[in-house]
Amino acid sequence: MLEIRNLKAGIDGKTILKGIDLTVNAGEVHAIMGPNGSGKSTLAQIIAGREQFEVSSGSVKYDEKDLLELAPEERACAGIFMAFQYPVEIPGVSNSYFLRSALNSQRRARGEQELDAFEFLTFIQERMALLNLHEELLNRPVNEGFSGGEKKRNEIFQMAVLEPQLAVLDETDSGLDIDALRVVASGINSLRREDNATIVVTHYQRLLNYVVPDFVHVLVDGRIVRSGDQQLALDLEEHGYDHIIAQAA
Amino acid sequence: MNSETEMLREYAERDYQFGFVTDVETDTVPAGLSEDVIRFISKRKHEPKWLTTWRLEAYRHWLTMEEPHWANIEYDPINYQDIVYYSAPKSSADGPKSLDDVDPELIATYEKLGIPLHEREKLAGVAVDAVFDSVSVATTFKDQLAAQGIIFCSFSEAVQEHPELVRKYLGSVVPRSDNFFAALNSAVFTDGSFAYIPKGVQCPLELSTYFRINAAKTGQFERTLIIADEGSCVSYLEGCTAPMRDENQLHAAVVELVALNDANIKYSTVQNWYPGNEDGVGGIFNFVTKRGACRGSNSRISWTQVETGSAITWKYPSCILQGDNSVGEFYSIALSAKRQQADTGTKMVHIGRNTRSTIISKGISAQWGQNSYRGQVKILKKAEGARNYSQCDSLLIGEQCGAHTFPCLDVQNSSAHVEHEASTSKIGEDQLFYCQQRGNSLEDSINLIVNGFCKEVFRELPMEFAVEAQKLLEVSLEGSVG
Repeated sequence: MLEIRNLKAGIDGKTILKGIDLTVNAGEVHAIMGPNGSGKSTLAQIIAGREQFEVSSGSVKYDEKDLLELAPEERACAGIFMAFQYPVEIPGVSNSYFLRSALNSQRRARGEQELDAFEFLTFIQERMALLNLHEELLNRPVNEGFSGGEKKRNEIFQMAVLEPQLAVLDETDSGLDIDALRVVASGINSLRREDNATIVVTHYQRLLNYVVPDFVHVLVDGRIVRSGDQQLALDLEEHGYDHIIAQAA
Repeated sequence: MNSETEMLREYAERDYQFGFVTDVETDTVPAGLSEDVIRFISKRKHEPKWLTTWRLEAYRHWLTMEEPHWANIEYDPINYQDIVYYSAPKSSADGPKSLDDVDPELIATYEKLGIPLHEREKLAGVAVDAVFDSVSVATTFKDQLAAQGIIFCSFSEAVQEHPELVRKYLGSVVPRSDNFFAALNSAVFTDGSFAYIPKGVQCPLELSTYFRINAAKTGQFERTLIIADEGSCVSYLEGCTAPMRDENQLHAAVVELVALNDANIKYSTVQNWYPGNEDGVGGIFNFVTKRGACRGSNSRISWTQVETGSAITWKYPSCILQGDNSVGEFYSIALSAKRQQADTGTKMVHIGRNTRSTIISKGISAQWGQNSYRGQVKILKKAEGARNYSQCDSLLIGEQCGAHTFPCLDVQNSSAHVEHEASTSKIGEDQLFYCQQRGNSLEDSINLIVNGFCKEVFRELPMEFAVEAQKLLEVSLEGSVG
């Protein structure tokens, strides 16, 4: 589904990613872990299409398409979703209006019928139950005045509505208390299917107790220095990144 | 930033949708202003002598005044002798009896603008008093309104049919000597709308006027007067578009509102005149004086404006809160893109006791647009218990534009409560990326963010107008974000 080859990229002339190789297939969950500043979020944002990052070499293929050629909204319509580490506030735009606009753009791009207000409401009510969200949240402006936990739950709610093929979750666990973490994790799990994939970007392994990854990659200084299964995440938790970095050196 | 700028530029560049000129023979006086021209206008309109004198006195006063330059706008000097002060479509010189008598080309023009009179008559429930250049060409729903005693007609007609009302109220809110542009308007105004709502009547329709500037180099000087008698209620809609022109066109309207005891006037404007091109060539100069007097106790005047057009906007719809417990409101969206400059705001003068005012101003600047909010809240000595809340928000799109706020508070009564909040924000790459990542196009993303920003004002507009206003804002942004 996603094939990243020797990806080098940076911002303002500074190289952040120094040659990333990563293959993600349908049905898989990949965890990308690493210390602060290792390039995890950069990788997530490049997949989603953030334009400030300059890709200097390498390729990113998504379903045989050159992903780097696509605008962010084209990627979204092709099924890529990113849960933001810092969800953005859009004052005055209600959550439900925002989501309907997004969903209908995607449906239009796929040649599907747009949902009218009534169909949409029926559809999202069922999705809200997954995330244990209050209906009142639909009418509040996007992320405005949301608590940290609400913002993160709202991201996964959007994911549940948009049903992406490839979801990139950027530090979705940060700022969540244990109850919220469970709710978010069960939301993510309930959306797992044979034909979609998830990349979980995280600093800590605790989310991975609930969202069990098939693969774990350790990103250090712009390179993946180790790949393994869930055990690798547990080792990291126990020994810290320094240990892995020393081993890799 | 480069990528954002580039995206926005790509998204920009669309031509003014309503840039076309209708070819109608006009009956025009030569350019220039003199007492003779004013006499000509007055005579052409069969005005009574008092009105001719009224105009001439305004003109003489105007001659002693200087064009004001305190606003945060720049433009080449206006040559007032270069302007044509009267022009009327010839075929309607004798006044059309019905729509069938109206020049078909005029009707076609309105249709291009999306104002199919025929349909509106039947469907929309909106009475349209359409001003094409300087003469009203069609007035609808009049009989329906007349049944309730409501007078809704062109200003010229009101002068003929209801001179006592016109004489009583004309200039009573905006005196002839009020300011340079108001004095000019008082001297040369050609037409406009007039409405009178009798005691206790709730106007069953939204009254609506569409203005349009057409003939070359014709300054348009509308005069509107709305009187809501005791306990009455009216909602008035004004919307405008203009064809593309290279010369700057001067527009200096005066709108006067009078609300007596317990009366309620809601005045909503969508203004979409030609803003000029990206180099600042052409576009309307809009110097408007709008003021409402809450004369009676418990009266209320509410101004809502969506200003997306014009090269220059100089406009401060205001309320004089004379009656005790009267309420003044000002809700505004002003968009300046391309080389547009808007200096707009309001003045709330609290005279009566327990008077209240609310000001919500949303300024949007894009490209090289400059947007200034200028507001004055004045609480006079006797205005015991007066309250004001002001909120001025500015949204910047791109790097070259500007937003400015000039609030002025003058509080002379210590029991008053005055609150002022202001914010300036930029449509950030973060917000755009967030919207786009969910699948919205750049265009839709900008519209989403801008609409959200304006929401508090949109919801003050009458339903059918809100949709149109939102559309206009989108169209204006399409043509001007970059």
